[in-house]
Amino acid sequence: MILEIDDLHAGYGRIPILNGVSFGVGEGEAVGILGHNGMGKTTLLRALVGQLPLTGGHLRFAGKEIGRDPSHRRARAGIGYVPQGRAIFPALSVYENLRMGYIPRGEESEEGTINDIRAIFPRLDKLLDRAGGALSGGEQQLLSLARALCGKPKLLLLDEPTEGIQPSIIEEIIEILRQLHRFQNLAIIVVEQSLDFIAQLSERVLLLQKGTITREVSPKQLANASLLDDLAGVGE
Amino acid sequence: MKIAGIRLDLIVPGVCGLALLFGLPIFLDLFSLLQVTLYAIMAILALSLAFIWGYGGILCLGHSAFFGLGAYAYAIAVINIGESTAPFLIAILVPTLAAAAVGYFMFYGRISDVYVGVMTLTLALILFNVVNSTSGAQYHIGKAPIGGYNGLPNVPGLNVPFDPDNSLDPGDMYYLCMGLLIVVYFGLRWLLTTRFGRVAVAIRENEKRVEFIGYDSRLHKLATFTIGGGLAGLAGCLFVNWGAYVSPTTFSMMQSAQVIIWVLVGGVGTLFGPMIGAVALSWLTVEVGSQQLIDANLLFGAILLVFVLLVPRGIMPVLIDRVWGRISLPRRPVFTAPPVAAREGKR
Repeated sequence: MILEIDDLHAGYGRIPILNGVSFGVGEGEAVGILGHNGMGKTTLLRALVGQLPLTGGHLRFAGKEIGRDPSHRRARAGIGYVPQGRAIFPALSVYENLRMGYIPRGEESEEGTINDIRAIFPRLDKLLDRAGGALSGGEQQLLSLARALCGKPKLLLLDEPTEGIQPSIIEEIIEILRQLHRFQNLAIIVVEQSLDFIAQLSERVLLLQKGTITREVSPKQLANASLLDDLAGVGE
Repeated sequence: MKIAGIRLDLIVPGVCGLALLFGLPIFLDLFSLLQVTLYAIMAILALSLAFIWGYGGILCLGHSAFFGLGAYAYAIAVINIGESTAPFLIAILVPTLAAAAVGYFMFYGRISDVYVGVMTLTLALILFNVVNSTSGAQYHIGKAPIGGYNGLPNVPGLNVPFDPDNSLDPGDMYYLCMGLLIVVYFGLRWLLTTRFGRVAVAIRENEKRVEFIGYDSRLHKLATFTIGGGLAGLAGCLFVNWGAYVSPTTFSMMQSAQVIIWVLVGGVGTLFGPMIGAVALSWLTVEVGSQQLIDANLLFGAILLVFVLLVPRGIMPVLIDRVWGRISLPRRPVFTAPPVAAREGKR
């Protein structure tokens, strides 16, 4: 297991949002998390990257307890994060956004890593000198993903990557993630409301309700919208 | 900003700096040269705040604390030691350490931006009051009295390093201050092109984003703040050498406010602008101070209002927009990619 989550509790101030989340993600495994608005999907990812302190439970990454580690240490350990709303640096150029994502580990140079990422994202390669803030929403999402991949993560967390994105770029994102998942053994946790996206990318899907994982379904079951509506209120 | 492949943003300030450094002593009389020396010192002070506020996003409302610490550290050390080499270094070290200590509690304590401003302002006020109330003979550090509200007069000036008999004359001080201004300006420019500089700018944009891509924002903010504190201390040290006198007003709110106005008028998010702001407004202070018609503080308040309301981005970004027809400095990409061919050649 690359990630082990055991009875995780977290919340905002005194308001508990996650009430004992437990699941694991294997190396190179892609897990989708479905849930209605307000069920704790984004909170779960924020707790995993250290943006939200844990109030209970254990979090192990690559065999090491990381529950008390600050965000930057988790990122350096190999957890990449593509947050909701892209979160690029609008005043920096595309190239500098990519440079920001590079984490020196002595394996590969910054130049080499960015060149690899440029090859994966040909759309961004043409926009390297453009300010991040001047990109379209879809291009910003690609940049956010590319920046996360510059850190050579072992586990990539994606928070609603298709939100407000044109279909052609969604297809591009799915294809890129599939390739990385298949050929680079990248583990993925994706939080999404788009059933189609989750079904195409995930190997198993977890339903999150009221801050706990209530059920696991296979991607094939996502075709049954009425079942999902009953289970998690996300079928429509 | 390139024309025919030439980096004008480097060439223009470099040529201007060198022309001023070597040209002004030829044309100016001693009094004017002394004034220019003061402007250069104030420009270093403005650069120190421009770096931590404009690039690090840390609004230090009490920047005079580090300026005053540098000034007093030099004065007290040089009176005790008698030779200026070590005091010069002490004058930079003391405010640097003070900034590091205060910054550690502020940034590792995750204090919000507003409270960082309030804390730095409080620090300056505390130092002002403490130093201001130490006028008795019982208040001294070694041989040096602290001087209280009277300040410390007749502070020995800088000498050639390790040669106490060879003091710097006003002409030497001009070259030193102007030379240090050029070094500080280009040093900060260089620093901003490094990974550290990129992260500092990115933290200004969004601290959380920087953390989840693997950088410790607390450490970077601390380093940025410490560098700014050290540079303010350097300006303080030069200031006390310029006038051979230091008083608690170096810690005053007016001093802090002036630096903020210089940076605001020149342009937050630029380095050149705050230097222009410092020089222009320091010159104005001298001119206004020589007449009785307008109160200088009133004038500064009016200038601040005008700029906040009408030119909130400051002079430099507006000038660049007008002259080069480009997007404003803070909005355009701060750094650009090397030519694609060069990148591919290295692959």
